[in-house]
Amino acid sequence: MEIFSYEFMQNAVAAALLASVACGIIGTYVVVKRIGFISGGIAHAAFGGIGLGYYLGISPLLGLIPFSLLSALGIGLLGKKAKVAEDTAIGAFWAAGMALGVLFISLTPGYAPNLFSYLFGNILTVPRTDLYMMAALDALIVAVVFAFYKEFLAVSFDEEYAEVSGLNTMALYLLQLALIALTVVILVRVVGIVMVIALLTIPPAIARKFSRNLRSMMVLSGVLSAIFTLTGLWLSYLFDTASGATIILVAALAFTVVHLVFAVTGRE
Amino acid sequence: MKKEVVTLSDLSVEAGGTVILDGLSMSVCEGDYLGIIGPNGAGKTTLLRVILGLQKPTSGSVRVFGADPASVRRRIGYVPQRLFFDRDFPVTVFETVLMGRLAVKGMLARYNRNDREIALGALETAGIGGLKERRVGALSGGEIQRMLIARALAGDPELLLLDEPTASVDPGMKTSIYDLLDTLRKSMTVILVTHDTGTITSHVSQVACLNRGIHLHEEGEISSAEMSHMYPYPVDVLVHEPPKKILRRHRKP
Repeated sequence: MEIFSYEFMQNAVAAALLASVACGIIGTYVVVKRIGFISGGIAHAAFGGIGLGYYLGISPLLGLIPFSLLSALGIGLLGKKAKVAEDTAIGAFWAAGMALGVLFISLTPGYAPNLFSYLFGNILTVPRTDLYMMAALDALIVAVVFAFYKEFLAVSFDEEYAEVSGLNTMALYLLQLALIALTVVILVRVVGIVMVIALLTIPPAIARKFSRNLRSMMVLSGVLSAIFTLTGLWLSYLFDTASGATIILVAALAFTVVHLVFAVTGRE
Repeated sequence: MKKEVVTLSDLSVEAGGTVILDGLSMSVCEGDYLGIIGPNGAGKTTLLRVILGLQKPTSGSVRVFGADPASVRRRIGYVPQRLFFDRDFPVTVFETVLMGRLAVKGMLARYNRNDREIALGALETAGIGGLKERRVGALSGGEIQRMLIARALAGDPELLLLDEPTASVDPGMKTSIYDLLDTLRKSMTVILVTHDTGTITSHVSQVACLNRGIHLHEEGEISSAEMSHMYPYPVDVLVHEPPKKILRRHRKP
């Protein structure tokens, strides 16, 4: 237990827990609305923001927030309003955002430190300032979901009925995408933009099998992602492996085991 | 003179170059129970969407309670044809019925005890009070239909629109859904869309045949001339209001 006396380890545990809050809540919407690939697109497009951060010499996370928000709105509007197939919109933003990121980094003189950790995550190097930002974003996400819980439930479950009831379904959809964008920002430090999609989908997908409503699914998937990230963190410390990848593999293993058990026992 | 609840005048709807509804005029009065029948693709669902204000007419006008449909949505209860939902979606019957309160509640307002009591009452009326904590994915077709009716009732509507309420329901359940509607029509105006011509005529107070245009019948035999006007293929002749049954085969000359 002496490893917890190190500040980097305390920060890593805090980051894992903060990430799990956002994962549990927003991942639940991602899974029930089946918008995993939109989320993947937002995450990858946001790489442009990391590049911009390097180029401007500011914290890459500060570049990430506007970029992921803009790509969320862009994918949402292009997919729903313009006559563009949603997967086309996702693909275009996905690649263009990454290309912008590469361009900005190549324009930045010298070496881009920590670039790898933004792509694949490094929970052991999360600075305290980032923890504060993660906590603030968590608070914002919890507040918005608390306020719009019944509206989000309605649009996720039955969009047509939500519209008949007079809800602005488009605005609510964009708001949900914006929350996904903020969740991406929180998760980047933990698993990196390439693997964000796994933490947004695996814990809620397992939780759904044991939940009767959205609220319990959110809580359970939050607990599961805490277990996965902390287990992954501990294993990566033990075996000196890449933390982001280890976390994802722990989650993927649990996902496989749960589905195998369900398949063998014949539960649906 | 009864109050007009829905008034369509010379209403046409086109989508993607196809005429779906063509010069429809019709009025539905307070307390009516109107059954709209028509073949697939006749524009039945489109007509309901127009009355709900989800679809704008290309020409002509639609008034509901004398106003633009979108502005009176909270007075309309809607039971969609089939809920296209993910059976794995974690939501209970009670939570779904509470969604019927959405139009009444403002944004940000949370459901309170009053909403919950109304939703419980709607569940009881629809005869599925015992299923309230059930996950929606575990319901049968008929139970889902009753849940959707309960959801519409939770909004305390004055006008109830139903799109094929018996389409995915077994025969026994079908009769009980019609019995439920017979009760509901006493307290609200009901418009029902269906291709189930067999049962409907013995329940509703008016029948309208829809196939791009519309023909309304108060009572008596729907004549072969009228039917062939609406349907370009052989149909059963319908009789509406006593003796309420299909009389004889009719072939278009």
